[in-house]
Amino acid sequence: MSPKALGAIIGAAETERLGTVPELSALELHADAARRAVADAGLTMADIDGVASAGHTPSAVAHYLGITPSYLDGTMVGGCSYLVHVRHAVAAIAAGLAKHVLITHGESGRSRVGAPPRWPDPSSQMGQFEVPYGVLGPPTMFPMGVLRFMAETGLTHEQLASVAVAQRRWSSMVPRAKFRDLITVEDVFASPMIAYPMHLLECCVVTDGGGALVVSAVEGAADRPKPPVYVLGTGEAMETPLVSQMEDFTRSKAFRLSSQLAFHQAQITTSDVDHLMIYDAFAHLPIYGLEDLGFVGRGEAGAFIEEGNTSPGGSLPMNTNGGGLSYTHTGMYGMFLVQESVRQLRGEAAAQVEGVELSVAQGVGGMFMAAGCLVLGTSATLG
Amino acid sequence: MSSSAAKPAPRPTPDTAPYFEATKRGELCIQRCQRCERAYFYPRSSCPACGSTDVVWFTTSGRARLHTYMLSYRAAPGFEDQVPYAIAIVELAEGPRLMTNIVGIPNTPEHLVLDMELEVDFEPRGEEMVPVFRPLGVTS
Ligand SMILES: [Zn+2]
Repeated sequence: MSPKALGAIIGAAETERLGTVPELSALELHADAARRAVADAGLTMADIDGVASAGHTPSAVAHYLGITPSYLDGTMVGGCSYLVHVRHAVAAIAAGLAKHVLITHGESGRSRVGAPPRWPDPSSQMGQFEVPYGVLGPPTMFPMGVLRFMAETGLTHEQLASVAVAQRRWSSMVPRAKFRDLITVEDVFASPMIAYPMHLLECCVVTDGGGALVVSAVEGAADRPKPPVYVLGTGEAMETPLVSQMEDFTRSKAFRLSSQLAFHQAQITTSDVDHLMIYDAFAHLPIYGLEDLGFVGRGEAGAFIEEGNTSPGGSLPMNTNGGGLSYTHTGMYGMFLVQESVRQLRGEAAAQVEGVELSVAQGVGGMFMAAGCLVLGTSATLG
Repeated sequence: MSSSAAKPAPRPTPDTAPYFEATKRGELCIQRCQRCERAYFYPRSSCPACGSTDVVWFTTSGRARLHTYMLSYRAAPGFEDQVPYAIAIVELAEGPRLMTNIVGIPNTPEHLVLDMELEVDFEPRGEEMVPVFRPLGVTS
């Protein structure tokens, strides 16, 4: 392993408040996170010449902040958009399109203040071919393959529940997490059934919040106030805008393809990874992710999590902020994956893992629609 | 009037109109590529496998197998009397999969067995008809 840095994350911050924040519109959540990330980088808004955003357009965010950037990225592929923005930003910076790219997320997912409507139009693809069957948003759609996965691999309901149990062990150490009380598999089973086989505690929390990143060139990154987090590998991929059209309901093609790109570019294998974030809107996603990224073999992820390997003290610390299941989930959660990877690599996480030099953040967008993967490292990982 | 009148209705577009014209006749019609002979769903003007625009509509056998499903414990509009109800993925005998509801049997894990054989039926959604599936041999 001797990766080359493609760029650096020199600023990273979440909104001051997370959870229930009805006082702030979605755009104000973008702005709060943006100001904090730019300050974290030791810069001012005048230094920002590139803006990327999803949920709101980059032009809306840039205008709100009084920036006139020379680089705009409005890539919108769901919750993994921000990881894809990082991929595009390092390429744009290398091509000379911008020096400092600000990537923002803000979503009033709980309070719905200044947020766009959610119900799809009846003439949309989803409106014609999925909504007529009584779907009620992601809880009734995203985990559609779980029963098939169980039938084909032997995954048990207990193992699925153990994902929520493991992540609560992490969030119990994270003061900003929405839920911090330890739970058991029995607690998961006792929580209301939302859409069989998913109980409430196997579904993400619903919150307001935001986050922002400043991405810059490798040169000069070490001179900023915080230790730089180097971008070593990136990947993006897609599968289908309709969950009903997944090629294989027990595997995510987009997880597999995006991670292969990122791992190949960074010249790493799974054994090089100290810390892992896998987007967990629902408990099945870390199970799919561990298998699709190659950390474990087919059908092994449930037992791997159940046995504590991803829990505090385990061999593969995963979702160390508590994840979407316990920490926060504004709707497009991917920004928070990167925030936690950055904190762990800087050594400033609430549930800090000892000696994290290389972190992988794997995002998903829509319902297995798209994916983005980032391999991030400290200066110690540079070849 | 049945409660399904209030269920969400699709609004066809020019590319999907033949599909919804067929469901009104009680036929499940999808498209097949003339070049690579693959059947595909959802409706579109070119084959997703090979890109050919030489595609034709045909009437499927209406036979399918239950591929996977979820049971919604909260009611979408019009589904209030059915909770919990299955939102299912079926695999047509011709290959493509689509989302649907399962009718004619209780929607419970005991009755919904993966890979069970199904056949198409139709239900109203507003002014349109959509395909739903019942166990093979179970009549309405
Ligand atoms: Zn073809």
